[in-house]
Amino acid sequence: MEGVLNQLPIGLSIGAVLLLVALGLTFTFGQMGVVNMAHGEFIMAGAYTAYLLQGVGFLVALPAAFVVAGLMGLILERTLVRRFYGRPLDTLLLTWGVSLMLQQLARDLFGAPNVQVASPEWLRGGIGILPYNRLFIMALAAASVLAIWAYMNRTGQGRRMRAVMQNRRLAATSGIDTGRVDQRTFFIGSGLAGVAGVALTLIGPVGPTLGTYYIVDAFLVVVAGGLGQLRGAVLAATGLGLLNSYAEFWSDASLAKVVVFAAIIGFLQVRPQGLFFVRSRALT
Amino acid sequence: MAISEVTVRDAELLAIEEINAAGGVLGKKLEPVVEDGASDWPTFAEKATKLIAQDKVATVFGGWTSASRKAMLPVFEKRKALLWYPVQYEGLESSPYIFYTGATTNQQIVPGLDYLKEQGKKRLFLVGSDYVFPRTANKIIKAYAAANGMEILGEEYTPLGHTEYSTLVNKVAEAKPDAVFNTLNGDSNVAFFKQLKAAGIGADKMPVMSVSVAEEEVKGIGVDNVAGHLVAWNYYQTTETPENEKFVAAFKAKYGADKVTSDPMEAGYNAVYLWAEAVKKAGTTEVEAVKKAAGGVSLDRPEGKVTIDGDNQHVYKTARIGVVQPDGQIKEVWNSGEPIKPDPYLKTYSWAGGLV
Repeated sequence: MEGVLNQLPIGLSIGAVLLLVALGLTFTFGQMGVVNMAHGEFIMAGAYTAYLLQGVGFLVALPAAFVVAGLMGLILERTLVRRFYGRPLDTLLLTWGVSLMLQQLARDLFGAPNVQVASPEWLRGGIGILPYNRLFIMALAAASVLAIWAYMNRTGQGRRMRAVMQNRRLAATSGIDTGRVDQRTFFIGSGLAGVAGVALTLIGPVGPTLGTYYIVDAFLVVVAGGLGQLRGAVLAATGLGLLNSYAEFWSDASLAKVVVFAAIIGFLQVRPQGLFFVRSRALT
Repeated sequence: MAISEVTVRDAELLAIEEINAAGGVLGKKLEPVVEDGASDWPTFAEKATKLIAQDKVATVFGGWTSASRKAMLPVFEKRKALLWYPVQYEGLESSPYIFYTGATTNQQIVPGLDYLKEQGKKRLFLVGSDYVFPRTANKIIKAYAAANGMEILGEEYTPLGHTEYSTLVNKVAEAKPDAVFNTLNGDSNVAFFKQLKAAGIGADKMPVMSVSVAEEEVKGIGVDNVAGHLVAWNYYQTTETPENEKFVAAFKAKYGADKVTSDPMEAGYNAVYLWAEAVKKAGTTEVEAVKKAAGGVSLDRPEGKVTIDGDNQHVYKTARIGVVQPDGQIKEVWNSGEPIKPDPYLKTYSWAGGLV
């Protein structure tokens, strides 16, 4: 019985991990419609940033990883993605290629084996079944959601971003520099992937292929939640986390994956646009 | 190439370099051709075909995971070429065109179970990745347990590359086994040990016996997370033989002082030497002649004496159980005393009757 009860906080913490890896995608994929396969490698870049900054402090790594991954995203947007707007299939192949190159780059820079990132002292221990590092990830996910919500709804930049998403041409006609908005959106989306990468060093491997373990889950959350919908992503991540937790508890990890995929496919049959959606004339 | 394959390749290249420095084989220098299987099974088969048909190599050293070996097996059998596979595996195989220089089950898993039994750890929980090696290994473990009065409290598999272990850790914590037998592969080990440690389950309470965690993996998992846990192999960097002293020194000199050596690397390193010795004996690199000459070839290697069993083309190896130390090295706590005759089909074990 205790095991069953424990799965509840475990499910929520799995949901928090899913949400964290997917938040960035709600910007690049959700807002801009860019199927960014290199999102996982921005997560990886964040994890390696934490590795490089181990002596400096874990909390310093969070903003640093945001900037590092954000700049990588910005460069990707400016040099390549920008030329492929409105061509989702080409973008998919393009960013997939970039993702492979970034993995190889990581291998050349840091070596093929996983590197060791020690958890900070103050995250050792836990409450009940939940270790402090899981609680930290949940808090970080919640803080990120709040920050994004405030940015989107309470700042001029956020309003412009939403305007461009909802109607790109009308936004441009109203004097919004859509190119700049695109850059900023990509920077923030990629930066959030970096933040997720730092958090993932607490619970998983830190190596060149780290991103590949999370990229599919990240897309699932965004698709199930509805493109560009923050509350959709939050709900979808939480729901998938809980579903995963209980499905694995009552069967096994492989079957749990099947259950989750089947549930999403079934759900999308009923609601092809996800939990929430707005009618938009975005890039797609 | 994935994490561990790169280091095996490095060890094999070192062996080739050493053999060449000592005059080569049959008066000729060995020339390596390196191909990358990219952790993708069809690619392994494709590259093996290329090496045999296009590069016309004398023999192939390599492969990582049983899935890659199973993919290459038909290629080597069809083209009557030789593969030297350097990784411990689940047994139940004996291809006439493969030499197995890593451990088969009776040289690694069975001794690991013997050790747990000796320590009074009779209630086990099995954790593995969902592919051929763990599934077969666990069949053997269950048969062993049934015959030896041990209890299996749970058997769980996770997909390859799985990184979310909180549910599994909860299941293990609830079952309260004496020990966990771990056949997870690669990066999953990192996630599993990190999350086990974070849940406050330490080696003192519930030791984990791993068969795919060597010195190289310990670094990536983080010593803090895995120190005190058990591993079963045939070789550690700390194994005390004169040959190992030379191997470790040569490896560090070539690849860097911070590098570690591990069991699969040593098995790959040995494979090159064993092949060279068989070629010298045969007087040719022709496959059938080398195969015939290989039986009985015996060398003192870093892990101790290794001898090729001509019947099943596996190698006599000494089993060693080790404990991960806080410095990342592995300290041997038990060994089998002498090299164990390879028995890939466990024919000499009465409890294994129903497995094959």
